[in-house]
Amino acid sequence: MDTSALSLITVVLFLPVVGLIVLLFMREEQAENIKWTAFGFSIATFIASLLLWIGFDNSEPGLQMVQRLDFLPTFGISYYVGIDGLSLLLVILTTFIMPLAILSSFRAHVLHERGRVKLYFMFMLLLEWAMIGVFVAQDLFIFYVFWEVTLVPMYFLIGIWGAEQRVYAAVKFFLYTMAGSILMLLAILYVGTAAGTFAVPEIIAGVNAGTLVFPFSGLLSLDPVSVQSFLFLGFLIAFAIKVPIWPLHSWLPDAHVQAPTAGSVILAGVLLKMGTYGIVRFCLPLFPEASVAWAPYVALLAVIGIIYGAWVSYAQTDVKKLVAYSSVSHLGFVVLGIFALNAAGIQGGILQMVNHGISTGGLFLLVGMLYERRHTKALDAFGGIWKALPLYGAISLIVTLSSMGLPGLNGFVGEFTILLGSFGSEVLGFFFTLFATLGVILAAVYMLYMFQKVYMGELDKEENKNLEPLHWQEIAVMIPILIAIFWIGLQPAPFFSTMDASVNKVVRDVEVYFPENADTVALSMGEK
Amino acid sequence: MNINDPNFLPWLIPVGPLLAFLIITLITNRSKSVLATSAEYGDHNHPGYPGLKVPVVSDLGRVASIVVGLSGIIAAWLISLNVVGYVGGFEHHFGEEVFGSSVPWLATGTTSFNMGVLVDPLTTIMLIMVPLACTMIFIYSIGYMAHDPRQARFFALISLFAGAMLTLVVADNLLLLFVGWEIMGVCSYLLIGFWYEKESAYKAAIKAFTTTRVADVVMLLGIAYLYSETGTLSFRDILYNAEVLNHLATTPAIVFGGISAAGLIGVFLVIGTIGKSAQFPLHVWLPDAMEGPTPVSAMIHAAAMVSAGIYAIIRMYPLLAAGGHPHDGDLTSPLTLMAIVGAFTALFAATIAVAQNDVKKVLAYSTISQLGFMMAALGIGAYIAAAFHLITHAFFKALLFMASGSVIHGMEHGAHHVHEHAHGDDDHGHDEHAAHDAHAHDDHGHDDHDVHGEAHAEPHFDPQDMMNMGGLRKTMPVTFYTFLIGGLSLAGFPLLTAGFWSKDEILADAYLGLTHGYGPHALVFVCLAVAAFLTAFYTMRQLGLTFWGEPRTEEAAHANLGQGVVSVTMTLPLIILAFFAIFAGFVGVPSDFPILGSIFSPEHNPFHHFVGATLLPEMQSASPPFNIVPVLTSFVVALGGLGLGYMMYWRKPLVAGEPDPVIAILGDGLYTTLKNKYYFDELYTAIFIKPSQWFSRVVVSEFIDKGVIDTILHLIARLFVWTGDLIKVLNLWLIDGVGDGIPRAIGAFGVWFRRIQTGRAQQYLLFIAIAAILIGIIFAVSAGILQAGG
Repeated sequence: MDTSALSLITVVLFLPVVGLIVLLFMREEQAENIKWTAFGFSIATFIASLLLWIGFDNSEPGLQMVQRLDFLPTFGISYYVGIDGLSLLLVILTTFIMPLAILSSFRAHVLHERGRVKLYFMFMLLLEWAMIGVFVAQDLFIFYVFWEVTLVPMYFLIGIWGAEQRVYAAVKFFLYTMAGSILMLLAILYVGTAAGTFAVPEIIAGVNAGTLVFPFSGLLSLDPVSVQSFLFLGFLIAFAIKVPIWPLHSWLPDAHVQAPTAGSVILAGVLLKMGTYGIVRFCLPLFPEASVAWAPYVALLAVIGIIYGAWVSYAQTDVKKLVAYSSVSHLGFVVLGIFALNAAGIQGGILQMVNHGISTGGLFLLVGMLYERRHTKALDAFGGIWKALPLYGAISLIVTLSSMGLPGLNGFVGEFTILLGSFGSEVLGFFFTLFATLGVILAAVYMLYMFQKVYMGELDKEENKNLEPLHWQEIAVMIPILIAIFWIGLQPAPFFSTMDASVNKVVRDVEVYFPENADTVALSMGEK
Repeated sequence: MNINDPNFLPWLIPVGPLLAFLIITLITNRSKSVLATSAEYGDHNHPGYPGLKVPVVSDLGRVASIVVGLSGIIAAWLISLNVVGYVGGFEHHFGEEVFGSSVPWLATGTTSFNMGVLVDPLTTIMLIMVPLACTMIFIYSIGYMAHDPRQARFFALISLFAGAMLTLVVADNLLLLFVGWEIMGVCSYLLIGFWYEKESAYKAAIKAFTTTRVADVVMLLGIAYLYSETGTLSFRDILYNAEVLNHLATTPAIVFGGISAAGLIGVFLVIGTIGKSAQFPLHVWLPDAMEGPTPVSAMIHAAAMVSAGIYAIIRMYPLLAAGGHPHDGDLTSPLTLMAIVGAFTALFAATIAVAQNDVKKVLAYSTISQLGFMMAALGIGAYIAAAFHLITHAFFKALLFMASGSVIHGMEHGAHHVHEHAHGDDDHGHDEHAAHDAHAHDDHGHDDHDVHGEAHAEPHFDPQDMMNMGGLRKTMPVTFYTFLIGGLSLAGFPLLTAGFWSKDEILADAYLGLTHGYGPHALVFVCLAVAAFLTAFYTMRQLGLTFWGEPRTEEAAHANLGQGVVSVTMTLPLIILAFFAIFAGFVGVPSDFPILGSIFSPEHNPFHHFVGATLLPEMQSASPPFNIVPVLTSFVVALGGLGLGYMMYWRKPLVAGEPDPVIAILGDGLYTTLKNKYYFDELYTAIFIKPSQWFSRVVVSEFIDKGVIDTILHLIARLFVWTGDLIKVLNLWLIDGVGDGIPRAIGAFGVWFRRIQTGRAQQYLLFIAIAAILIGIIFAVSAGILQAGG
């Protein structure tokens, strides 16, 4: 295969950059044109990414539509992009969320108040470029660059167009994730140097063939040779902060609450998934032994996160904060599924990343609409909104139920598959599943609490009685979300079949290190 | 696909109501431009809309919603009848052979998951009962909800509810059953909280949803466990497969050593039902669910949700009983659990019902109690008796709920009448009335007319309080006679009513076990006999207080349903259901019952024979032989309870102001305890709700999240700042002293760099854009060179 020919992936990746350059030459006064240009490019990117799906071969476990060009050959660094079953859905999720985030910003009052419309949309496109880059990069170095670049536009989106405490939130977000990334950078440099290349597929092939060995002798062995645990942790901590896995989550509520609506939507919808994606893409295949050994511990943190996030959500008095903490709980499910280390768990985990992006993204959009009208997010400021805005209430109900995991809607499919995965897991026990299900109950509690506080009850506050009905743009933003919610909920088969082959490959590579398979591993190693 | 293919036909059963839901949601949404003011809706103004300008559905949309909703359920009914018609073609093989089909739905790894439908004898009897009862409820709702501005939403939701129930009934696997189960949960949440302005309504809705959710999640755990053990959730692969059942019964459970996998899965599933069918200790949600419109109560308590719980465990019975022989006294863990919980709940709820004064609450507790009967019956292996009671109960309980709805409606009508006469032309009164409605309206959307005349002294006239009733037989005769039939059936009035036959069969099964000396059977027999006595008593009390004697209030004297559509649609379903409340029982008369047996069951007990075929041959059991003791017991408890109620409430009817005679018998303490439902709500609030709220707010959110975690983070940040300062100081002392050259160079670079780093985000962006362009160009060029080279 000619890997230097222009791949569709490169097109998807650089379309936002083209948009960015176009915006660069537009004048600030042409606000409407700027908005629609940005929106147009994000839609074009989405359509291009759908072509990726159409051209995707479900039966192929390896990379597809690969493009590889030498970048710094001396160091074994190349521009190496491709997709497989692990990344395809996340690329589409990104390109799906971005037009919605952009469209939802059109009428945002912060944009009118603080201006800099052009800059705002340039950051949006920059962010899209970097996020797609994270999901398609197959070179550790390139991946790291994209990973870090995502921080910059988000930092400014929060810092410039955020709420009252935006500076604190932006700095916290930046420094916290940056600190984690440093560890990953060290690990990347070690791995790249040891392997002589930064190309991920080659490194994984080396690991599986036994030609590239990261010695492993226990969880935290101080033996200087057994680096695998430390490398694993180097990656894991960076990802764990991004996810965020409890107790590394404290940047998230601040960032979510302070970010403008579109920022929260992107944060929840895509940015957090970079962490969980990273775990599946790098941690498991590069460090299978450490993954198996650490699985119960990470899963334990995930389960704590599930319950903890739910519990903290319930205590919130700010709608946005409530939704933000619910992410901690939902992402806990994803991590639990991944560390079940079986096909059902990982597939459920990946699907749940998509589901969470849709549902929580949707919730943030809805909260944003309320915020635009009332300029407050306090739960107590509302009540009886369903009566004032019946359509808005009905949409909110569906998205809320989807987030709670109601059967027939998307959330359930992911949750159920994850539960199947963790139940059948070789590395996790029954109690992981038991406590995770507790999170399902608590999800109903805090979500219904929110729904009751905002939508039910008497419409007794004067400010709420004459709310402006939904604008067509607001309806247009929600329709794709509703379609996705029902589609995945009712007919999830197409989503599962895209990841089936790739996930099974990951599982097969990790499986050999399961405790009961350890003897056979030792034997085959001995033969070599 | 051939539309008349019986294997395909069951797919279409839920389609009608589901489609109706969709259509109503879409059409009424489009007409939501009409603004409702209190003037527009005149005196039928919804309690929650006093003078408020909000979008509601237009009149046309509301009529359309009724037509669409009704068409949907009638279509489902007709298709169900058609499917039932095919059953006749199977002759005696039905049960061994079933029909249905499935399609692949989800594939993970190497396994694929199929979704499909299945019709076996158990499904068949549900298909006879559910659509019929639902159709009656729909018709009744036309009258009951006639003046509610949210009528369209109501019909959309009950259509979805009915669709979910039918999905659950025809499902061929546990996951699809669970899907229907949960959608019903959501519908009940939305319908109980239908008048969501009211605090009591939304609280009840949340309580119902979260309580059942606890149980549902345990059930989900059971489903996941079952799947991980067998790799399938299909009923055909599990329940009709002795090999799989045997495997599950012999595999030890993953936790709680000593019981089998089948046992643990069974316990999980039974807990699911304990929540859905409101058994102790998760019964607390159901009485509160009375906050919904009365047709909803009929739907939840009769045709759908609570029946679904029992249906699910009847369905899963082969799994629950796997490894045990209930007829030989060998009960598995889930069966034992059911026997104990069911027997206890039957008795427990019946005692509470004795001391309730709210006409719907009495029925609510009676429902809990009757579901306990079914649960207990299943626990001792009386599989068919449980199914039989499920069906008869659905008919008479739907009847009772709707009849009680008519009573309430009539009482409100009476209250309205009284109000008109007291303040007919008092404008000031009307205004105040509207304001009053907004805050303390009762839970009946169509009738917001609280008694203004009494509003000053007694702010809230309760049209559901039986103490305010009396003598309603005179003004509401149809309601009276149908209520009487339903009540007698519930009480198990011997020989004539359906309730007698089904209850008798449970007692006969329990007694058979008792004669063999099996403990659980004995417990069930005694508890159920006492519960049946109490049932007969409180039914008579309810009938007496409501219909007999003289009216105790002005409102009761004027209670009636009026004329026209409302009256017709609200009485016709009662008459039809009254028919079934009597005659549904005759399909299950034991063949060896003296005289009647040879009339109704010349060959064999038809119901027993038909439903029994659902089970694998080795699990089927014969009907218990005729024994005079349980039959006599049924006679004695039913007639005894009815007689006692008659003595206390009919011979000397209660007059206004007189205390309830039951207080004197029970004593104040016991009466108050019963009236307050043994204080379970208070107990749960104290031990679950309050502590978890406190824990959530104070411990988790404030202390751990804001306190510990963020403080540590800030400390680390501070540490870095200090280190930075320290280095800066060291820098000044040491490095500056060592050499000036390097720092100066760095300084120069810093100045230059600061010029770039002006803090203007735009410039950053420009740099990144330039970098991106450069990268792009490099790629393009190198790609070109590579291609040229290669």
